[in-house]
Amino acid sequence: MSFWDFVDDRWSRLLSESLLHVSAVVQCTIIAALLGVTVGVAVYRSPFGSAVATALTSAILTIPSFALLGLLIPVLGLGAPPTVAALVLYGLLPIVRNTIVGLAGVDGAITDAARGIGMNRFGVLTRVELRLAWPAILAGMRVSTQMLMGIAAIAAYARGPGLGVEIFAGLVRAGSANATNQAIAGTVGIVVLALVLDGIFVLIGRYTTSRGIRGQ
Amino acid sequence: MASEIQLTDVTKRYGRRKPAVDNFSMTIPAGEIVVFVGPSGCGKTTTMRMINRLIEPTSGTITIGGEDTSTLDPDKLRRTIGYAIQQAGLFPHMTVAQNIGVVPGLLGWDRKKIADRVEEMLDTVGLDAAEFHDRFPRQLSGGQQQRVGVARALAADPPVLLMDEPFGAVDPITRGNLQDELMRLQGELRKTIVFVTHDFDEAVKLGDRIAVLGEQSKILQYDTPDVILANPADDTVAGFVGAGASLKQLTLRRVRDVELVQPEVIVSTQDEPDEIRRRLTDAGRSYALMLDARRRPVAWVHVREPRVRRPIRDMVAAESTVQDALEAILTEGGNAVVTGARGEFKGLVEIDTVMAVIRDLRETV
Repeated sequence: MSFWDFVDDRWSRLLSESLLHVSAVVQCTIIAALLGVTVGVAVYRSPFGSAVATALTSAILTIPSFALLGLLIPVLGLGAPPTVAALVLYGLLPIVRNTIVGLAGVDGAITDAARGIGMNRFGVLTRVELRLAWPAILAGMRVSTQMLMGIAAIAAYARGPGLGVEIFAGLVRAGSANATNQAIAGTVGIVVLALVLDGIFVLIGRYTTSRGIRGQ
Repeated sequence: MASEIQLTDVTKRYGRRKPAVDNFSMTIPAGEIVVFVGPSGCGKTTTMRMINRLIEPTSGTITIGGEDTSTLDPDKLRRTIGYAIQQAGLFPHMTVAQNIGVVPGLLGWDRKKIADRVEEMLDTVGLDAAEFHDRFPRQLSGGQQQRVGVARALAADPPVLLMDEPFGAVDPITRGNLQDELMRLQGELRKTIVFVTHDFDEAVKLGDRIAVLGEQSKILQYDTPDVILANPADDTVAGFVGAGASLKQLTLRRVRDVELVQPEVIVSTQDEPDEIRRRLTDAGRSYALMLDARRRPVAWVHVREPRVRRPIRDMVAAESTVQDALEAILTEGGNAVVTGARGEFKGLVEIDTVMAVIRDLRETV
């Protein structure tokens, strides 16, 4: 059976796994963004806090994904919970770091003016600082998404959802009929989906960033 | 609408170091521009920022219109005080209109009223509403950004305006224009303005009163520009006034305040050269001023070459300072030509008139 025949034959199954894969990555990126931006907002005023938050999230990233999932299984069991936990943890670093960099990069004169004309702290944060840091935060989310697309494949090890199932099944049955096709289908699927998501991020960036701060 | 600002024994101390502002007391009269001028790091900005509580005083009281600011909510207080800073501090992600509408929005005005006010303010600071309304700050020149900054500060019609070196970051020509514009605005609005600068010439030009500040915001002299220029309180103030105090005094008098003379011979662009020569010879003069059909000055004409129009290199307006007129006299090598609002000829300033102004300034102070 050729690769295309294989894809044709398994189309509905590949499609549903693709959807699960993307949905897991997108949801985990959103959770990571909510957590990451909160952490970034909490620490960006203090150089010490920023350094600690960046170091901690970097440390998480250095744990091999295979090991992290393995360690999470005894605690969270199999399936979705360890997958979500691992993806969120991995997704934090780029978002936390970019939030800190983005917020710290806001010109002091602008926040001074915002305070000086009577905005309260919350207003300065939500109406000025986060708006100006948004392109950086979005870039962090974009990097996280790309990274999580690959890491999510490993989640099949913990019986997680997604295209990783195909890759693992193909690799386990190496040498038998269609094993290579199966592994390749999973891999190519992830690459294609990653490119599509990246394109969507470009569009989101275009429509959610003020023309006043978008790169010329 | 304006309010008097009263600072009483105001001190700001950071930690155990010597105070940044030490026992500062001053009354800033309603409707006047008071300029804080002093070397950088003298505490003038700190003093100003305590008025809207961006910096909290360690001790002392500040009242605006009789009301103690420490009893008010700081955010609400700041909405009633205009604030303009160097490089404008405009919000880059908002349009010009949104920037100007921020404070009215914070005060809860309805959309219609905000929109009307934004148009009005753009007009007030001399920006075309249709053209600039939807622009972003980065699409504006430095001077235009500064105008929007002033418009934003004035949008909610605050009785008090704080300006921290607002024209510090623009080129000298634009700065001059912005200063003229501010004086014109103040002529209409009569706000209480506290203006911080390190440029003494700017202080002389803008201030109804000048406070020359030294270390720890110590008031070295607080008086009108005339008095400070004529009688500096001590050597430090004298040093700050700098060389050419008499010349600077000329910036205190406007051309409209001095007597203009009319030239003996005024000719029109339609006059024949022979006619011009005849009239100059009859009057015993060598130069005639030539006006166009709308009485705007065009050129000087000499009796020996009545066909040659010698361009007028420098003209002054009624609002210009006598210093500008002196400058024009020196450039022209003769009298300074004064024009009115529509460019029409008003008269001439002679060097003797300028000398009389200088004598008068010496006597009155």
